[in-house]
Amino acid sequence: MSNMTPSKGKEQPGLRYPSNGKTIYHRPLNRSKTSELSQASFAYLFSEMVGYASKRIESIQDLEKRLNTQGHPIGLKLLDLLLHREPARTQMRPLNIISLLHLIKQQLWTHLFGRAADGLEKSSDPARPDEYMIIDNEPLVNRYISVPRDMSQLNCAAFVAGIIEGVCDGSAFPARVTAHSVGKQQAAPAAADGGEEGGEGKEMWPGRTVFLVKFAPEVLERESFLGKG
Amino acid sequence: MSYYFAIVGTQDNPLFEHEFGTSKQGGDGMSRFNEAARHMNQFILHSSLDIVEEVQWGTGHMYLRHVDKFFNNFISCYITAGNTKFLLLHQPMTPNSAAAASSRASTSIAANPTSPQTEEAVRNFFVEVYENWVKTIMNPFYRVNMEVRSPVFRQRVAAAGRKYL
Repeated sequence: MSNMTPSKGKEQPGLRYPSNGKTIYHRPLNRSKTSELSQASFAYLFSEMVGYASKRIESIQDLEKRLNTQGHPIGLKLLDLLLHREPARTQMRPLNIISLLHLIKQQLWTHLFGRAADGLEKSSDPARPDEYMIIDNEPLVNRYISVPRDMSQLNCAAFVAGIIEGVCDGSAFPARVTAHSVGKQQAAPAAADGGEEGGEGKEMWPGRTVFLVKFAPEVLERESFLGKG
Repeated sequence: MSYYFAIVGTQDNPLFEHEFGTSKQGGDGMSRFNEAARHMNQFILHSSLDIVEEVQWGTGHMYLRHVDKFFNNFISCYITAGNTKFLLLHQPMTPNSAAAASSRASTSIAANPTSPQTEEAVRNFFVEVYENWVKTIMNPFYRVNMEVRSPVFRQRVAAAGRKYL
């Protein structure tokens, strides 16, 4: 962004080129090897984002919704970027829920956090076939965040949930994604924690977060239709 | 051969359009659509969206090849991960104008819109446009389904057209 100063020459009125003449189209899309960001600067930026989102809110849900909204466009953009970076042979659009969630667990997580997500589960409740869970034992975004006691419901990973939601929406799998902390004693969300190693994992990972992905009914309808055909 | 290229957003809204002609076999890169029928291009292109929406769930590939035909107009489609469609309408020379252009090899991509060579050329064109498209949407100020007005993007699309089609 620092090189966005307009050029002195007035070749194209109305359009401002950066002074070195290089627009976004002149930059390569593939990242170089050393493109990791400093975690300290991210933590600083993220704390400002949370601070910004927490102004004049009425409830915790409100705050989480704002964080979610901040993440959503990132997901939409990353979807295309990640697919573009795939080698041509495996460059496939996700056609079903499983391949979409796999893309999120592997490629998206690796891109954002440098490792794959820790788990992927389907809701064990037969009444909720539209719910899936992506599990992260130690979300990077929450590392330097201590939630005040009176806001104990808050999980700032709602930002990451927004990114996931953006990926789902972008690939035509409209979904609602929410982040829930399950590390503490508090009751896990109704459908969460279908895994068998629940009790043991809880003590080991106090920051364990479950991203509950709830797909829209039309996605399931299409899924069953495509499965037959 | 004349081409009409359009990018259609997720709500079937046009985001970008560009018209050009072939630059191969000494073509001058100008489109030669019939003036009386030119306005139909947009209709023909958009009417193929129904077929695209059916085909897109049958394959995970982004390049859907040649999806539709309307008289002498052939439509190829490339669908991005974010469900944006790139549609290319190609109209080969009509017989009398082809005769006027005289000795064109029958294997040229201009003459055979359904041949494997043409499909490959169109794929290369789409892949190059897709790269620039990803750059466009990586712009932090770009929101989904916004019209693309960048002259640099248009130059890049035109260059890809000159290079492959």
